[in-house]
Amino acid sequence: MFETFSYITLQHYWWAIVSLLGALLVFLMFVQGGQTLIYTLGRNESERGIIVNALGRKWELTFTTLVTFGGAFFASFPLFYSTSFGGAYWVWMSILFCFILQAVSYEYRSKPANTFGPLTFEIFLFINGALGTILIGVAVGTFFTGSAFSVDFNNITNVNDPVISRWQSQYRGLEAAFNVQNVLLGLSVFLLTRILGILYLINNVDNDIILARAKKSLLRNTIPFLLVFLPFVVLLLISEGFAVNPDSGMVFYESFKYLHNLLAMPPLALLFVSGIILVLFGIIKTLRTTNYFKGFWFTGAGTTLFVFSLFLLAGYNNTAYYPSSFDLQSSLTISNSSSSQYTLVAMSYVSLFVPFVIAYIVYAWRALNREKVSAEELKTNSHVY
Amino acid sequence: MNNCQNPDNMLENIDLSLVNWSRAQFALTAMYHWIFVPLTLGLSFIIAIMESLYVRTGREEWKRITKFWMILFGINFAIGVATGIILEFEFGTNWSNYSWFVGDIFGAPLAIEGILAFFLESTFIAIMFFGWGKVSKRAHLISTWLVAFGSNLSALWILVANAWMQNPVGMRFNPDTARNEMVNFWDVLLSPFAVNKFLHTITSGYVLASIFVIGISAWYLLKNREHSLAKRSMLVAAVFGLISSVMLIFSGDGSAKQIARVQPMKFAAFEGLYEGEEGAPLITIGVLSAAPGETEAQNVKDFALKIEIPNFLSYMAFGKFDAFVPGINDLTYGNPERNILSVEEKISRGKIARESLAQLKDARDQQDMTTYNRIKEKFSDPEFTDSYFKYFGYGFLSSPESAVPNVPVAFYSFHIMVLLGFYFVLLLMLILVALYRNGIEKNRFLLRMAIWTIPLTYIASQSGWVLTEMGRQPWVIQDMLPTMAAVSHINSSSVQITFFLFAVLFTVLLIAELRIMFRQIKIGPK
Repeated sequence: MFETFSYITLQHYWWAIVSLLGALLVFLMFVQGGQTLIYTLGRNESERGIIVNALGRKWELTFTTLVTFGGAFFASFPLFYSTSFGGAYWVWMSILFCFILQAVSYEYRSKPANTFGPLTFEIFLFINGALGTILIGVAVGTFFTGSAFSVDFNNITNVNDPVISRWQSQYRGLEAAFNVQNVLLGLSVFLLTRILGILYLINNVDNDIILARAKKSLLRNTIPFLLVFLPFVVLLLISEGFAVNPDSGMVFYESFKYLHNLLAMPPLALLFVSGIILVLFGIIKTLRTTNYFKGFWFTGAGTTLFVFSLFLLAGYNNTAYYPSSFDLQSSLTISNSSSSQYTLVAMSYVSLFVPFVIAYIVYAWRALNREKVSAEELKTNSHVY
Repeated sequence: MNNCQNPDNMLENIDLSLVNWSRAQFALTAMYHWIFVPLTLGLSFIIAIMESLYVRTGREEWKRITKFWMILFGINFAIGVATGIILEFEFGTNWSNYSWFVGDIFGAPLAIEGILAFFLESTFIAIMFFGWGKVSKRAHLISTWLVAFGSNLSALWILVANAWMQNPVGMRFNPDTARNEMVNFWDVLLSPFAVNKFLHTITSGYVLASIFVIGISAWYLLKNREHSLAKRSMLVAAVFGLISSVMLIFSGDGSAKQIARVQPMKFAAFEGLYEGEEGAPLITIGVLSAAPGETEAQNVKDFALKIEIPNFLSYMAFGKFDAFVPGINDLTYGNPERNILSVEEKISRGKIARESLAQLKDARDQQDMTTYNRIKEKFSDPEFTDSYFKYFGYGFLSSPESAVPNVPVAFYSFHIMVLLGFYFVLLLMLILVALYRNGIEKNRFLLRMAIWTIPLTYIASQSGWVLTEMGRQPWVIQDMLPTMAAVSHINSSSVQITFFLFAVLFTVLLIAELRIMFRQIKIGPK
């Protein structure tokens, strides 16, 4: 079936899969956002225990999505993997450190003899939630603003210095944080994951005090979110973008490129706009209606749709998704950075399993969330974080 | 083309400190990760068997036993995840050239691992831990089994990827993209090298986990507590461990034959065999020493002590007692009688392959399509690919000797692994006999031995990976890409900093993990 697809179709298909994984990752980072609110929403040990346990039952899902996002990106666009990871070394390393800290924290937080005390592991969770989300946002920001690197396949014949992808900034990716648009996206991701974290707790916790605090906190995070998110969207749409000539493969600057992309692809514009509307709908409905718990699903779906459209905006319609401001022609596009047609076909068969994966995740989620997390529920559960 | 003008200066510009720090970092993170993985691979099945016994018999005691081992499983699993995420991304951060040169083949197993295995594992682990009473008994049991299958399935894909680095198959070099591209997925997945490696590695994890369970149970018996839990756990673990150890030995033998076939240099190195011979003996126990007149640590070509089994190495390599096993010298300096090319010859062929690639680029730059097409054709001509491009990686080597791995490391890691492996089989048998005779509580020596064998399983397990990875040097992908050409373009001080950050962080986490684990064992089942 996939053998009949053209190479460029497969490249589009895989860019969509990578985009979907990236979008689901941002949605699932509600766990990270929630981790930055443990002390804001939980004022005593019991309340904090409820919050940590509610989040802790989902952390592995987010973590696995991150790992799979990385693996799928590697398999489908290996030149991105070698260029960005090997180049923007310090950004990616910092992100990874944040996630290493997270992976042990739930399990070890409340165990006796954990050596460093619960507070240490709660700080780990906070670092993961704050720095991890901001840095991921900043790193994705460079998909629209560019980075300084060069790519030359011929280097492999140079025995003295055979490296193909070379980063040109001594800050090794941290320079992305000097760009306003990247920072706005980083902060947007951070605040959005906090909003999602709050909505998740509202959806999943049975404790009136925490719920009351969560609602207050929701408004307090939504205002700054809009203050960074809307300027990001405006900057994105008015900015110069990195366009590719599909015949020659030459990359050039184009004014209003991302706005043009939206206009050229109406379904994408629909995703983009409906994503924003759903995000806001989930928040506003939760703020205005008493005893309304389902805002998480609207804002979560909106987040997924919006981030999905953001990735597609970066890669579709003859756009360089990982542009180089140092050497325009080194910019990565979905056609010059992808795996071979054979590999994309083979991987496409594997992608047919994705619906099954989603199905059992939904089953497990529903089975475990039938009962909300409360102090009583934790007493009866044999595995408590 | 500044690269080919001055062959004498070759490699002088490659930052060896960067290469070494990158290797050190990968070794550090991989070895830390591997402390936790084998236990996950084996304990997940042992727990699944215990829970099956609970569901079948309906006895609460089995549920209590299952839940106890699950606590230890969870503690180990969390740090396994923490140390694992970095490995996937390190291929990009520290081995950028590698990621491009072979990413078309190597990336696929990593992605499949995520899609097929990690989600299975992480989704059902949540049900395994939190689902008691929330899903039916049957659904819970199935979840526990799926965790075991998921974790072992993830091992399959990463081991397929590693096997491919030892034995690159199913791909073709594309000169336009300067990378290897997959042409046959099934060759990659089902190569005999990959199958043996998978079986050998997972069964090593099963044996490790069995001895972990037996050792902890032995501690309870010595302390005169938890008799029922300890003896039942021991029985399950010993049976599971013994069956696994049979598979471990067979797959180990299979792996050795594969190495003899595709990595003869590694094979010769782990036996310290310098001069090839027919009917080569197998050294069971040996101590290396410098040959007369030699002082360099790398050149320990003699033995201070050795115990041999005649002809057995030939049998282990090729299934025939009189087969010729090439030695390090044959492989380095060539042996025309046996049709073995010298490394020097391979280096010159590798250079020709590289020059062809450079010429192709020049022709393309100058729009000289006739020359371009002529050279491009060469890259699909089997004569050129099998006799020249096959040695592309050798073009990076500076001397024939640089094709030899560190012999003492390969030799000792191999022999430690094998000797300990046979000792584990013996221990498992003794435990089963003692259990059968119902006298294990009285055999305090055996119980103590079981406890002290736990660290030995970790040593054996780590030795296996040291042999695999250090024995492959100087290659990151056998014959195709040397390790030094695979690194990222980065200053070595950055890698040094991350190395120490990892070393400190992982050590701190390991201390926490061990203390939590010991405390939970002391507390015992609820």
